[in-house]
Amino acid sequence: MNLTLKIWRQKNANDKGKMVDYPISDVSPDMSFLEMLDVLNESLVQKNEEPVAFDHDCREGICGMCSLYINGEAHGPDRGITTCQLHMRMFKDGDTITIEPFRATAFPVIKDLVVDRSAFDRIQHAGGFISVNTSGNTIDANAIPINKHDADESFEAAMCIGCGACVASCKNSSAMLFVGAKVSQFALLPQGQVEATDRVLNMVKQMDEEGFGNCTNTGACEVECPKGISLENIARMNREYLKASLKG
Amino acid sequence: MALDSKIPKGPLADKWTNHKNNINLVNPANKRLIDVIVVGTGLAGGSAAATLAELGYNVKAFCFQDSPRRAHSIAAQGGINAAKNYQGDGDSTYRLFYDTVKGGDYRSREANVYRLAEVSANIIDQCVAQGVPFAREYGGLLDNRSFGGVLVSRTFYAAGQTGQQLLLGAYSALNRQIGRGKVKMYNRHEMLDVVIVDGKARGIITRNLVTGEIERHSAHAVVLGTGGYGNVFFLSTNAMGSNVTAAWKAHKRGAYFANPCYTQIHPTCIPVSGDHQSKLTLMSESLRNDGRIWVPKHKKDVEAIRAGKLRPTQIAEEDRDYYLERRYPAFGNLVPRDVASRAAKERCDAGYGVNATGEAVYLDFAAAFMRYGKEVAHVRGLDENDDALVKKLGQEVVKTKYGNLFQMYEKIVDQNPYETPMMIYPAVHYTMGGVWVDYNLQTTVPGLYCIGEANFSDHGANRLGASALMQGLADGYFVLPYTIGDYLADDIRTGPIATDTPEFDEAEKSVRKNIEHLINNNGTHSVDHFHKRLGKIMWNKCGMARNAEDLKSAINEIAELRAEFWKDVRVPGTNDEFNEELAKALRVADFLELGELFAKDALLREESAGGHFREEYQTPEGEAMRRKEFQFVSAWEYKGEPKDAVLHKEDLVYENIEVKERSYK
Repeated sequence: MNLTLKIWRQKNANDKGKMVDYPISDVSPDMSFLEMLDVLNESLVQKNEEPVAFDHDCREGICGMCSLYINGEAHGPDRGITTCQLHMRMFKDGDTITIEPFRATAFPVIKDLVVDRSAFDRIQHAGGFISVNTSGNTIDANAIPINKHDADESFEAAMCIGCGACVASCKNSSAMLFVGAKVSQFALLPQGQVEATDRVLNMVKQMDEEGFGNCTNTGACEVECPKGISLENIARMNREYLKASLKG
Repeated sequence: MALDSKIPKGPLADKWTNHKNNINLVNPANKRLIDVIVVGTGLAGGSAAATLAELGYNVKAFCFQDSPRRAHSIAAQGGINAAKNYQGDGDSTYRLFYDTVKGGDYRSREANVYRLAEVSANIIDQCVAQGVPFAREYGGLLDNRSFGGVLVSRTFYAAGQTGQQLLLGAYSALNRQIGRGKVKMYNRHEMLDVVIVDGKARGIITRNLVTGEIERHSAHAVVLGTGGYGNVFFLSTNAMGSNVTAAWKAHKRGAYFANPCYTQIHPTCIPVSGDHQSKLTLMSESLRNDGRIWVPKHKKDVEAIRAGKLRPTQIAEEDRDYYLERRYPAFGNLVPRDVASRAAKERCDAGYGVNATGEAVYLDFAAAFMRYGKEVAHVRGLDENDDALVKKLGQEVVKTKYGNLFQMYEKIVDQNPYETPMMIYPAVHYTMGGVWVDYNLQTTVPGLYCIGEANFSDHGANRLGASALMQGLADGYFVLPYTIGDYLADDIRTGPIATDTPEFDEAEKSVRKNIEHLINNNGTHSVDHFHKRLGKIMWNKCGMARNAEDLKSAINEIAELRAEFWKDVRVPGTNDEFNEELAKALRVADFLELGELFAKDALLREESAGGHFREEYQTPEGEAMRRKEFQFVSAWEYKGEPKDAVLHKEDLVYENIEVKERSYK
């Protein structure tokens, strides 16, 4: 099929940036979206033009490196997937596809479609861990049985890949789903209880300092999350936060 | 230089304990005076950086991705082995050791493998304490599953995302140390050389992938945890950025490179669909717990399927060839990866492949749906003879076990694997070869260490499923942090290492020279063009089956391609900006050297062992034929060009395990 791509081009962080049109032909429906961009880039290199910069790595939906805001949706029109898992069969001949970076104050553009998501890392530095040294001299892994339901729910929260689709989809650029998922993973496990108070307070504080917005419960983040991280995690974080604040 | 593996004396089971008791330690106050560089933040690098910082060293950690959490360990699916014997099925440290050495086709070092098995149980304890949410049973205890090449259930898992959960565990430990200021993290940095001062590794040269800045970083020791080199094949299950550059630069600075030809071709990957393909996707080996592999018995059915006139579900049971169950009744669908891959190739080469390219076999879950469904129906008191109901119940069970894999398959292939069997074919997945290290995980360059997939140490000629995660974390959490102390104990009075020295000047200059050449080359073909051509040579001549003639021509072809690359590659843009093409060019340049050494190593090894299969050396039944005279590690010393590399042999001695024919029948 033949398509028209409207792609955000921005030389570097200081450049103003603009949308540029690129026609592309003979796209196979079996191609992944990023493979389609590979083909475009190959043709740009041949023409001595600069290829479009975009982040990607594992290309199987787990590393969280790929992003892209495609036709107004984080990771494009399909559900439960990342951009690298999006296939061209979701589009039809003659379509125009708009491709932009994930936009948020806390995610400055580095170049073209590549953004800086290190704010997510800094939130994790503030409390996204259990303070146990890696000596191996802990208790036996089966010493504390954990209710299967809690363990499964903790796992579901821990499935977050840190891609930032939640932030890009939120009209307030809120990171509550991302932070809520991490807080929930530990809140649901006995091992996470010891530091629960400090963890939620510190992570939320860092989240605010990074310039992420507030949650107004529109639920857009949950819809666009490639891993189906549930809004319940935000509610759980709010409960944890309230509990921690009262303990003070 | 003669290779000294430094294996401690004494009985196998006591070696590690005795060694730890006898090596030098650095006292806590002195650790604060010592800097360590860790390159790579996967399971090995991430866990090592966190642990070294906990111990008190000043750590600088580097990754080329935008965050340490993206390292490709994250994509590991099936699980992690540990000799916990929670299932009471007879597992033990010795049995894990035995299975690993046998699985590696008797080409790994006994002492290293035993240590790996010994610390494996600690890994699970550690991860649970860190909040890694492993799968559990209803009683609240940890669940296990079984993997290829073993007869016990010792694999711990988190759905089909075990690597993700373990990596996020290591990442959380790393974050804690970054938060404390004990680890300085450098994201989007690529290591482009290692700096040797007075014969010791004392630093690295990096390129900031955002600004293009070339930087000097010094330390008292350098640790590489930079993963495998499967992308030398262009198409593999590795991430797009996975590369050999750090390991190769270490090689060029004096670290021997061991067994480069030992590559794991994983049997269950989604087949290639077209020329646009950028990578291949793995379907976890854990699927072979429940999936049965087959092709049609009759050619007429194969043809009808390829023509779209017949569906696999329409082929009667007696017209299917479950070839793994037929050839290997004891292990069936759970034979090791090398065996399963070759068996798939054998059937496809014989003309029984089930897709248009003729390179695919079926992985079928129909029997598992019914088996699980009957169990659920029984427990819930439903009608066990209602096939439709039983199938539906069974599908739900399978979904909880492998849901993400089934979804991944459907998105890529556009077929529903709950309704029709998956199509799979082998693909390059893991590299057992890598930088040679001694028992302390130190390379042949003092102060330069190598851990995880990047080294060669534990898997011999074939890695068993769920053992890569085990090795990465064992090296990073429990081995390297202690053995490196023995070396660093001599450095407590050294003081900070200066970077304004001739050695750093020279290393930086050589990095800049390559970059300038590439940027100013203005050739006619893109980096990918060369990478794809290299991949074709590798796959066709150094792939699942190799022979002397092909390997010799591969050596020449790769050398020619390398010359052409340097003459004719086109890298747009400049050095002082975010430039993905430049980053790729620097990686492919190293693959073009490694590929030649790979072929040279495969040519030398006139035997078949594990993932290395030489057509000239097979049994009458087509199984791998090992040869006693090749019971050694081939460690190559760099001498200018890959063809000039000098071979050093480390003889492999088996004192605690009987070397015999590796049978899974």
